[in-house]
Amino acid sequence: MKKIASILLAACVAAYSVEVSADEFTKEDAERWMEQFEQVAAEGRALWTSPELGTNGVACAQCHPNATNTHPETYPKFQKQMGRVVHMWEMINWCLRNPLEGADLAADDPKMVALQAYAYKERRGVELAPGKH
Amino acid sequence: MSNKILNTRRDFLRTTASGLVAGMLPVSLVRLASAQEGGPDFTFAYVSDAHIQHVKGSQFVRNWDRGLIRAVAEANLLEPKPDFVVFGGDLAQLGTKAELDHGAEILSALNYKTYAVLGEHDYYLDLGEYWSELYGDHYYSWDHKGAHFVTLNSILTYDDWTFNRWESAERRMNEMAGLDNPNGSPFMVGKKQMDWLKKDLAKVSKDTPVVVFSHSPLQKIYKGWNFWTEEAEDIQALLKPFNKVNVIYGHVHQIQYNQIGNIAFTSVMSTAWPWPYPESYAQAESHLPILTVPMNRADPFNERDATGWQFMNMHTGRVDLEFNLYDNTNRTVAFNEQKGHPEDTSYSDPTNRTPAQRHY
Repeated sequence: MKKIASILLAACVAAYSVEVSADEFTKEDAERWMEQFEQVAAEGRALWTSPELGTNGVACAQCHPNATNTHPETYPKFQKQMGRVVHMWEMINWCLRNPLEGADLAADDPKMVALQAYAYKERRGVELAPGKH
Repeated sequence: MSNKILNTRRDFLRTTASGLVAGMLPVSLVRLASAQEGGPDFTFAYVSDAHIQHVKGSQFVRNWDRGLIRAVAEANLLEPKPDFVVFGGDLAQLGTKAELDHGAEILSALNYKTYAVLGEHDYYLDLGEYWSELYGDHYYSWDHKGAHFVTLNSILTYDDWTFNRWESAERRMNEMAGLDNPNGSPFMVGKKQMDWLKKDLAKVSKDTPVVVFSHSPLQKIYKGWNFWTEEAEDIQALLKPFNKVNVIYGHVHQIQYNQIGNIAFTSVMSTAWPWPYPESYAQAESHLPILTVPMNRADPFNERDATGWQFMNMHTGRVDLEFNLYDNTNRTVAFNEQKGHPEDTSYSDPTNRTPAQRHY
């Protein structure tokens, strides 16, 4: 038992010595991570314009070209029709259920993450304004 | 005696029925008096951008269907009766026979003569062939009670894009159908039609009021969404010699109005869904006409919000628009003779505006 614990401890130390500390990422790392983001945002754009996301052929972009009038910078905010403060993904689900006549996505569904990545990207540079109407 | 009672009752029923109709109809039926003698004075209705969308089989997107059905039903209740109705383009979403037939069937319930404008969603599948079977020429003109009317096909584009770029007609239609699609191409009327327009207008005296219907704005607002016509300046130059010119356009799904020289521009609403103002796209410059008091921001929880149709009052050569908005307070954009441009009769004073008219 003691032997197993010491092996585990050694493994942890080894892992730490291989991994870099949080503040030691390089310019290349940052570029690679941005590429990861851009790839997900591009998937989001594909979903945003896709007639396949819902069931009736209606796409997000039909009402929201370039993801306009989605105002990601204003979430979380009070939605009077839901009667509470919600985040953007809940509003996206409302759209999926109603104009698109489709089904909800889980908050951490990669498609939901991608849709939001695209909407935020189109809104980049706009000041955060949580709660704003 | 009994006869008289019957008549009275009948009169009462008739009054009640018309009272009910007026109560249901969100239309101001006040007819504006002619400000001066000599101008034509009549009304017409304008319905646009229905975007009838086929799902499969006999199924169509219910939401868009309802918007058009309601416009037709309400326009049929108008009193005074309009002289005609114009449908401003984009009857279909992807230009299919199924969509155009379904849309045309809904429009066929109109009790009035209907003029149709061609939209890009009606055109880019078969280059307007089936649309022509239903509605005839892609551009044409006519005279009515002293005014000259011109309908343009303003949604053409460069030949290379239309004829050489895409492997199929379906692909071409899909590429043009995406408003914000960077693979799209700017709208044009093209040289042949410009020549026709020049000849058509040459026959018209300069004091005849001219009304032009086009699908795209004949002015340059935002190229990225084709709120744009390539030859805008050339078309405006052809219209310049006339004293009173009105351009009415669809495509934008929002209230816009402008005055360029002698030309008053006014857009119309969609019966299907509203579009954001281009200024709300944070990554691009756009040029919304400065005169415009924006429509109220749409509340997506309210299916028919920021959609509707128009009742037009043509008087002394000017077209005033009553926006009949299904779920919003109606708006009126009328030509102000003193100021020499169209203006919103309720909200031009900034202190009268509502928070919902602030778009960002």
